[in-house]
Amino acid sequence: MKKEWPLWEVFVRSKNGLEHRHFGSLHAADAEMALENARDVYTRRNEGVSIWVVESKNITASNPEHNAELFEPAQDKVYRHPTFYDLPDEIKHM
Amino acid sequence: MSEAQIKSLEEEFEARIARDEKIEPKDWMPEKYRKTHIRQMSQHAHSEIVGMLPEGNWISRAPSLRRKVALLAKVQDEGGHGLYLYSATETLGITRDELFEQLHTGKAKYSSIFNYPALTWADIGAIGWLVDGAAIINQVALCGTSFGPYARAMVRICKEESFHQRQGYEITLKLAQGTLEQKAMAQDALNRFWWPSLMMFGPADADSPNTEQSMKWKLKRKTNDELRQQFIDQTVPQAELIGLTIPDPDLKWNEEKGCYDSGEIDWDEFWQVVKGHGPCNKERMKARVSAWENGEWVRDAALAHAEKQQEKKLNKAV
Ligand SMILES: [Fe+2]
Ligand SMILES: [Fe+2]
Repeated sequence: MKKEWPLWEVFVRSKNGLEHRHFGSLHAADAEMALENARDVYTRRNEGVSIWVVESKNITASNPEHNAELFEPAQDKVYRHPTFYDLPDEIKHM
Repeated sequence: MSEAQIKSLEEEFEARIARDEKIEPKDWMPEKYRKTHIRQMSQHAHSEIVGMLPEGNWISRAPSLRRKVALLAKVQDEGGHGLYLYSATETLGITRDELFEQLHTGKAKYSSIFNYPALTWADIGAIGWLVDGAAIINQVALCGTSFGPYARAMVRICKEESFHQRQGYEITLKLAQGTLEQKAMAQDALNRFWWPSLMMFGPADADSPNTEQSMKWKLKRKTNDELRQQFIDQTVPQAELIGLTIPDPDLKWNEEKGCYDSGEIDWDEFWQVVKGHGPCNKERMKARVSAWENGEWVRDAALAHAEKQQEKKLNKAV
């Protein structure tokens, strides 16, 4: 055995109007095979109308250890939400 | 990291799980959590693909086209379940090749039920009804487990399992309503698969030392004996409905407890099969290893082809 087939991440659009969502991963020799395998592994029951495959090594992920500096700053910015603003009761829809 | 730091990380980790937060692959986790999950998830993956062997053998001998397409679809699903679980396991930092290596060398286990032979067509009914039935009970309990990739794979798998059990029960039902010989076949399959199916829930609680840890990590929501009881209570009426008899002379409805009392499992047999001395352990591993070895040139050729295509593309671009 030479080496393992590379790993691919599979994204599926369940129907038009919805975004592609991460479904899982699989091994395949190339992109074409990854698409074919993704069809067999992840859409056996009409789960999708479109598939993306991306070789896993091409994904850059954030590090959970940096979650505090990345995501905590958003926590105290309540003024980004509509409920922060006081409006007279007479204004029903805004 | 100092011991005190690890201790506090561990406490925070356990607290997250207790709050029903999910653990994702890149999150910090205790080494024991990682190891236990690799072991349990890969064992689960191995069971799915080894489970294809006894049933796959019957695809070409299915008695009708209806039965054949159903069995084919079921076996294909099991292959898919194996793939979901392998890739979920790989997120913990082990490769597919290493996982196969563990299976093929006997270092990793798979469910003992697949070391029993499928001798007649009625066995395909019993397997779907009882074996998938027991698997569903185990798997539903795992949909809320703490490790995200495992829980997601379980949700997907559970959605697909229900047809497996129904097609099996339908096969058994049709045989039970058939000629005397057919009914006898169905009964014989139930006789052989009943006890091994009960063993699928694992050793009795008293002999299951890891239960407490598994409960904490939500790898278990109920104990082995509780799940086993649930299986018995749900299956006995299904057998009665189609006129088959559960092969347990001690089986009796307990009015007071509201569940069935049942006979003692032959734990010697259980441990024998776990240790590799079941009727088909050797045959199953031989089939697996030879499929893997005989497929090697195909895997290598596909990779060589992919590399060549890639080179061609690059040359054109230059
Ligand atoms: Fe399965
Ligand atoms: Fe199944």
